[in-house]
Amino acid sequence: MDLIIDFALLALLALTSLAILRQTNLFAAVTLLAIFSFTSAALFTVMDAVDVAFTEAAVGAGFSTVLLLATLSLVGGGVKTPQVRIVSLTIQAPIRRPTFPLVVVLITGGILVYGTLDMPPFGDPDNPVHRHVADHYLLDSEEEIGIPNVVTSVLASYRGYDTLGEATVVFTAAVGVIVLLSGLRRRDSLGEEAWGEEGLHDLDPGLGASYSGHDETSGEDEKGERPGERPGGGVP
Amino acid sequence: MRILGLYNYWVFVFLMMVGFYILISRRNLIQEILGLTIFQTAVFIFYISMGSISGAEPPILVPGAEGIVYANPLPHVLILTAIVVGVSTMAVALALVVRIKEAYGTIEGDEIADMDTASEA
Amino acid sequence: MSDQVILRVTTKILVPAILLFALYVQFHADFGPGGGFQAGVVFAAGFILYAMVFGLRRAQQVLPSWVSRLCASLGVLIFIAVGSYSMFRGAHFLDYSVLGHDPLEGQHIGILLIEIGVLVTVLGVILSIFYFFAARGREDL
Repeated sequence: MDLIIDFALLALLALTSLAILRQTNLFAAVTLLAIFSFTSAALFTVMDAVDVAFTEAAVGAGFSTVLLLATLSLVGGGVKTPQVRIVSLTIQAPIRRPTFPLVVVLITGGILVYGTLDMPPFGDPDNPVHRHVADHYLLDSEEEIGIPNVVTSVLASYRGYDTLGEATVVFTAAVGVIVLLSGLRRRDSLGEEAWGEEGLHDLDPGLGASYSGHDETSGEDEKGERPGERPGGGVP
Repeated sequence: MRILGLYNYWVFVFLMMVGFYILISRRNLIQEILGLTIFQTAVFIFYISMGSISGAEPPILVPGAEGIVYANPLPHVLILTAIVVGVSTMAVALALVVRIKEAYGTIEGDEIADMDTASEA
Repeated sequence: MSDQVILRVTTKILVPAILLFALYVQFHADFGPGGGFQAGVVFAAGFILYAMVFGLRRAQQVLPSWVSRLCASLGVLIFIAVGSYSMFRGAHFLDYSVLGHDPLEGQHIGILLIEIGVLVTVLGVILSIFYFFAARGREDL
């Protein structure tokens, strides 16, 4: 029974990826990617990786889709397809089929398939990956840490340093997005005067004019509002 | 039985190659990000499949029970980190795409390259 | 979405349940699948749902942008503070056995604090990223 579910989920994944390949409408492609993430979360559950399935469903199918849709609403959801002229008529051709990437992909896929012939049997308890540390985690986690979920004990205690690195990476990504999307101007050689009031405005979406005009003479900034007044203040 | 195990690995290779093909053959920046995400998820599935044992339980210890086979928890931990790091890099990549669109007016790779060479000439 | 009555009423019912579920996932990390990352994402999803249905301005009145940025850095600070406190007590960095009166209790306390730190960081990061993407190009926000 397990095998049938495994087969079916893998086949569904392969078909979804082919569908993403053939799409020209990016909104449809993003929806198909959400289906792909959910199906892979189901596959993780079948393979007994429940924590990973939870994370993939929440992060991959949830937040990734929201981000991609937000970007598409800012950027536009069409893909440029090549135009073909026939006499005086110009039509949109279907997606071009470049041959060199196809050859590269086939050669790489062939080499990888040749490599999988040497892999240990799928699901065998004697595989090399199950030696070394995994037994120690499963057997000694009860006495040393005392919580039933071994993945949490490994993540937070045995490999806590990696989790610190992960939290820092996530924080750095937030800093990167804030710097890219906040509209801060670069400070050039003129120093403070070249900073401009727009820089401090856009740092806080939603706070608007409250930051500007504190040290300068009171009056209206270029948005036409008095300093200290929020834009559109009051009930929207 | 061996063929069934190999079927698993071959589907993962197929998924990776589809993601790789989208990445190198498409010019639209967001399509490239989608291809990269497919590639990444296929690698995660491959990794987790290597840690799974047939007939095993999820690695949550049942108190007082003997003789239960648990799945290997170590690949789970590594892939959990990798998923979160992957979505972080995707967020920064999408912020870059938004800025590129505002600077160039397009997100097609060849049009951006043409604009760059035209401005350098 | 002022004319979508079903969406608004359903969201008002769902958002408290989503936040409660996120806290459940966080504090039951020891006994079932879950932990800081999953709980942080689900918690942020509640706020993102609210922002999508009721508007970004009202969502920023509920949880302003500066709070989300503060949470992002506060979580990493909690994490490093726990590790540094362990060093202060004479053990290695991030060695939880000195946090309580016996090693087992120390591990429990350490894991609880670490997971809270991760929850706060992931909440702050996801909300900040969402706020900045959603407010891009809109002059009224």
